[in-house]
Amino acid sequence: MQLLFERRAERSRAMMLLSPLIALSLTALLGAVIFAARGLNPLEALYVYFIEPLTTLWSVEQLLVKAAPLILIGVGLSIAYIANVWNIGAEGQFTLGAILGSIPPVLFPEFQSPIVLPLMLVLGLLGGMAYGFIPAVLKNRFGANEILTSLMLVYVAGLLLDWLVRGPWRDPHGFNFPQTAAFQSWQMLPTIGPTVHIGVIIALIVALGLAFLLDRTLKGFEIRVLGSAPRAGLFAGFSRERMVLFAFLLSGGLAGLAGICEVASTVGQLQPTISPGYGFTAIIVAFLGRLNPIGVIVAGLILALSYMGGESAQVTLGISDKIAKVFQGILLFFILACDTFILYRLRFIPKRAPELAPAE
Amino acid sequence: MSVGEKKGAMPVEPSEVPPTRYILEAIGIDKYFGELKANDRVTLRVEPGEIHALLGENGAGKSTFVKIIYGSLQPSAGEIRWRGRPVIISNPAAARKLGIGMVFQHFSLFEPLTVAENIALAMPGDFNMRALSATIARISKDYGLPLNPGAIVADLSVGERQRIEIVRCLLQQPKLLIMDEPTAVLTPQEAEQLFSTLRRLAKEGCAILYISHRLQEVKELCHRATILRHGKVVAEADPRQETAASLARTMVGADIKIVKPQARRANGEVKLAVERLDQPADGPFAVALKDISLTLHAGELVAIAGVAGNGQSELFDALSGERTNARPEAIVMGGVKAGRLNVAARRKLGAAFVPEERLGHGAVPSFLLSENIVLTRHNADPDLIRQGLLHRSAAMAVSERVSKNFDVRKAKPDPEARSLSGGNLQKFVVGREMDRQPKILIVNQPTWGVDAGASALIRQALIDLARSGSAVLVISQDLDEIFEIADRIAVISRGELSEAYPADELTYEATGLLMAGAHEKPGTEGRRHAALV
Repeated sequence: MQLLFERRAERSRAMMLLSPLIALSLTALLGAVIFAARGLNPLEALYVYFIEPLTTLWSVEQLLVKAAPLILIGVGLSIAYIANVWNIGAEGQFTLGAILGSIPPVLFPEFQSPIVLPLMLVLGLLGGMAYGFIPAVLKNRFGANEILTSLMLVYVAGLLLDWLVRGPWRDPHGFNFPQTAAFQSWQMLPTIGPTVHIGVIIALIVALGLAFLLDRTLKGFEIRVLGSAPRAGLFAGFSRERMVLFAFLLSGGLAGLAGICEVASTVGQLQPTISPGYGFTAIIVAFLGRLNPIGVIVAGLILALSYMGGESAQVTLGISDKIAKVFQGILLFFILACDTFILYRLRFIPKRAPELAPAE
Repeated sequence: MSVGEKKGAMPVEPSEVPPTRYILEAIGIDKYFGELKANDRVTLRVEPGEIHALLGENGAGKSTFVKIIYGSLQPSAGEIRWRGRPVIISNPAAARKLGIGMVFQHFSLFEPLTVAENIALAMPGDFNMRALSATIARISKDYGLPLNPGAIVADLSVGERQRIEIVRCLLQQPKLLIMDEPTAVLTPQEAEQLFSTLRRLAKEGCAILYISHRLQEVKELCHRATILRHGKVVAEADPRQETAASLARTMVGADIKIVKPQARRANGEVKLAVERLDQPADGPFAVALKDISLTLHAGELVAIAGVAGNGQSELFDALSGERTNARPEAIVMGGVKAGRLNVAARRKLGAAFVPEERLGHGAVPSFLLSENIVLTRHNADPDLIRQGLLHRSAAMAVSERVSKNFDVRKAKPDPEARSLSGGNLQKFVVGREMDRQPKILIVNQPTWGVDAGASALIRQALIDLARSGSAVLVISQDLDEIFEIADRIAVISRGELSEAYPADELTYEATGLLMAGAHEKPGTEGRRHAALV
């Protein structure tokens, strides 16, 4: 028997919707196998991982809070990836946004005004954009591969943050802990409900706005053309260089915004670690969400669940919360594999009939 | 090597094989792609020593059929017999083992490698480079296909590259050679040389399955013709007994409208003036443009002939503005200096462009037709974009109008561009630009790989546009087409453009000489030119 990938005439709409569902099912299946291999009851473990976090109001709120940065970064990355611009450095842009956005509370702690918080958000946005600007310029001027440059800049950003919180920005009254002074109430995002902050609302509005941009505007058209057929994009009169810059400024800016939102809510100060890898997980969010801003909202919730599940697995089952990373990796693997079926179908060719093979 | 004498591996004893005079019989071949029936009970028999033409419009199922014969596709139903014996050809390697060779329309050659290295890449098993080179030299000499095994492919003309592909097949001593539109890229002289090689091969007993839509050459070369329409065999004919018109009628199923140029109305106002345009080459395999001058008046259709790869696509890019020029006055469109303007700005001056490559350049394959309307009209058509917002229903209306006026056949109202056949997509892309009533239209290879019916429609539209007062520039490799439609003809060769001569003062032969570089200025002689050997 022979297996053959056959190209479809058009992309299959059904598979575009089914692919993430199949990928999720396969992930759960493989997860069950891994749990079983660890000697756990796979059904119970899957329940603890995927269902338990949804059973209390508190944990649902936590889910929204964790999903917010994933969605905010994920929609930006989706736009970049549609344009065929591969920003892998959202984690670094997130960090720079957090650093720049923290200038008012750290350097001007006494400055109390209603404009402090908006100022912080704008600075966060600018920080991420500035950090996204670097790989964009390197690509446009020197043809440097943006996957490598943006990824390497992540580690530079991490070390910069580390140096700041251990050195010049360390809280003088903080008993030498590597962290800045805790933010004051006027430097924090307001909340709705006990823990849900307005970052969640911002993420939803941005996602809806970008969905509109992509589907209805000439800019969205330009993004899609340059992504899927660069030569046709040039023929249409669009500029590839300007698109690289636009995609990095947009995705970087949103990652930076997510960074300052995270620091000005959940974390409450700058410290060496401010993210459990949101910038990288958002890559999975973007693909699981079909690079579609609305899909990204759903995908952001699912990946947030994987973080929650990791925590509850650690507490209830006594296994490392690194299991969350394992699940995320498996999920990305299966999504990319299943996506093949959008443009291809698998065909079984019944057993080969005897073949005439003349001797040489 | 001979199939008949093989013992051991045969599934059927030789004595059971019915004697047959055919080398290949394809009987009742069906092929479905989803719901589309690309081949519908196609039966075709080829005798040794026969040059058998496979005729049909684009989308008639010719390519599907030969891909089945060559093992790249599997039939949904039907039987293939090789020397009377039923076979399943599961892949091209199996086809080559049987003795079936194929020369594709698009060559798969590595430009930086030599002729011998390219051929070695396709040879199964071990080989000795020196022995192989000697064999290549011998075979190419024997069959009148002069080739230097040590030459770098990048330096060779299209005709020479095709010879590499043919020699590559001949090394495997084929019993059946499939040629897919082999003359599409050749000068008349090169084509003539190819025909004598094919005749020689046929005389030696090799069967040739010859795909072409140039009816004149089929009449000249082929012994028999099988004609496909909508996936079905509609006729078998002896092309020597038919006229080109009768063959065309059978292919299309209706009389092809004859393109009739009306009286010329040249010397109107100047619409497009190219003045001493120079442009360095863009890469190692690109062609530099040298001192190109050309003037187009309202109401005239000028054609640029030339062998592929002599600067046509570079000239198109320079004219369209996909590559801008440092000198604004090098290109003047409707009185405006446009050298430094990009393609969108030039469209605003009333110019329209149709590139050679439909998918990925003229249209985005994964986009709907209505979205592809927006591609080239977003800044020149105020109805499609309002305040930065797409106006989808307006785009849809334009798409419908273009489809209706240019007979674009599609399975649903707004399909993805890649699902259209080549000819239909070309009609759409040409129609999209014509629909704007452009003042200047520049088209590269308007009917490349397009069937007779669609070609006639496109050529008629080009002439009509010129007669309505626009200036039309057609870059083409198809001399028949050029002589059919052009008022004046210029020839491009190695990046230099000849003067544009009135069409009725030129003959095929004179044009062929110009294509081989007769007009080039002395002192620019660089590499050996091989269009005429």
